[in-house]
Amino acid sequence: MIAIFGIFLLTLLVITAIAIVRTDNLFVAVMLMGIASLLIAGNFFLLDAADVALTEAAVGAGISTVLFLSALALTSERERSRSSNKILSFAVVSTAALVLIYATFDKPRFGDPEAPSQVHVAPWYLEKTPEYIDIPNVVTAVLGSFRGYDTLGEVFVVFTAGIGVLFLLGSGAPLGSLPQEKINEGLRHHLIPRVVGRVLIPFILLFGLYVQFHGEYGPGGGFQAGAIIAAAIILFALLEGEQRALNVLSARVLLGLIAVGPLLYGAVGVAGILLGGNFLDYSVLSSNPVKGQQLGILLIEAGVGITVTGVLLSIFHAFAARGR
Amino acid sequence: MTTPLDILSWVLLTLGGLSILIGGIGALRMPDLYTRMHAASVTDSMGAILVLTGIMLQAGWSLATIKLIAILLFLLLTSPTSSNALASAALLAGTVPFEDAGQDEGEAQE
Repeated sequence: MIAIFGIFLLTLLVITAIAIVRTDNLFVAVMLMGIASLLIAGNFFLLDAADVALTEAAVGAGISTVLFLSALALTSERERSRSSNKILSFAVVSTAALVLIYATFDKPRFGDPEAPSQVHVAPWYLEKTPEYIDIPNVVTAVLGSFRGYDTLGEVFVVFTAGIGVLFLLGSGAPLGSLPQEKINEGLRHHLIPRVVGRVLIPFILLFGLYVQFHGEYGPGGGFQAGAIIAAAIILFALLEGEQRALNVLSARVLLGLIAVGPLLYGAVGVAGILLGGNFLDYSVLSSNPVKGQQLGILLIEAGVGITVTGVLLSIFHAFAARGR
Repeated sequence: MTTPLDILSWVLLTLGGLSILIGGIGALRMPDLYTRMHAASVTDSMGAILVLTGIMLQAGWSLATIKLIAILLFLLLTSPTSSNALASAALLAGTVPFEDAGQDEGEAQE
């Protein structure tokens, strides 16, 4: 039954991908990309990867759509028509597709218990997580502790990407220099979205905090929570005008947040060294090694969440500032 | 799970699926944006309410039911709002509602 659902979702995904390639309206393409992300998220969920599904839904279908739309506001809606060598590109694409299909023959079958991913380190993680870290969600244990280096790398990737985009776009002209009437007022004159948004935003923030701090017990963690909290503040900016969102969290504070996240993560690692352990070894953070692991994961997840929120909001404001 | 509840839940799920199907057909077949939104709103309102209530009956009194109620409340708040925002944005952008119901389909499409 699950296989049928999976094949159905993947078929829809292929149809969506073809539609994205064929349309020359960029607005339609962005909407279809959101749908594609949602389909992938559904498929991840079918495969029991709830953490990845949550990330894909929050980042792929939510935030990237908003960022794409902000980028579209700076350009035109239509794709520029290019005269290209269609036969050549068709040949390249079909060769790549054939190679990829050939490569799948070497992959283990779906759900094969002898697959390398099932017999390599995964059993060890599943066996040792209750003993070393004692949290129910093994994904968070692997992500935060056993594979802490990888996650540190990911945080720095987000950090670097954010800095790079801000360099390209500029963090926006200082708002004081702009005439007051040019500042975007958002949807202030539209009553219904504003009222409903006001009701919902606190709950979205609450849900973001739940995802952040519940990551040890269920699907969730810093990446997803950061995206959800950023989405709540972007919604506020859209409804109440960007200026009021910047009054709550100014561009300077957001820049600080981008830097604080990796610093917090790295500081937890260095604290491990100072207390006599290895880098990113949380066991020494507390007198009880298990409590130390839990504390370490909580801190680094907070670092991840802070960075993701800061980067996403800075990019959003940078796009919005360019649009004025 | 007692049988009457099971039957009721499946009836609700089937009706919900049916209204989602009707909404989908309407979204494809209706002549302009506003009527298409009108058809699609069947999916949002009736479809979501019926399917979620059906699942709630399957879940029984548990944490899952409370989460489903939260999802239902969220959908009931957001989907009319987004429909309203979409329709008013379309009206502001100058999309004229489809009016002449008397014409036959061939003329209306021109």
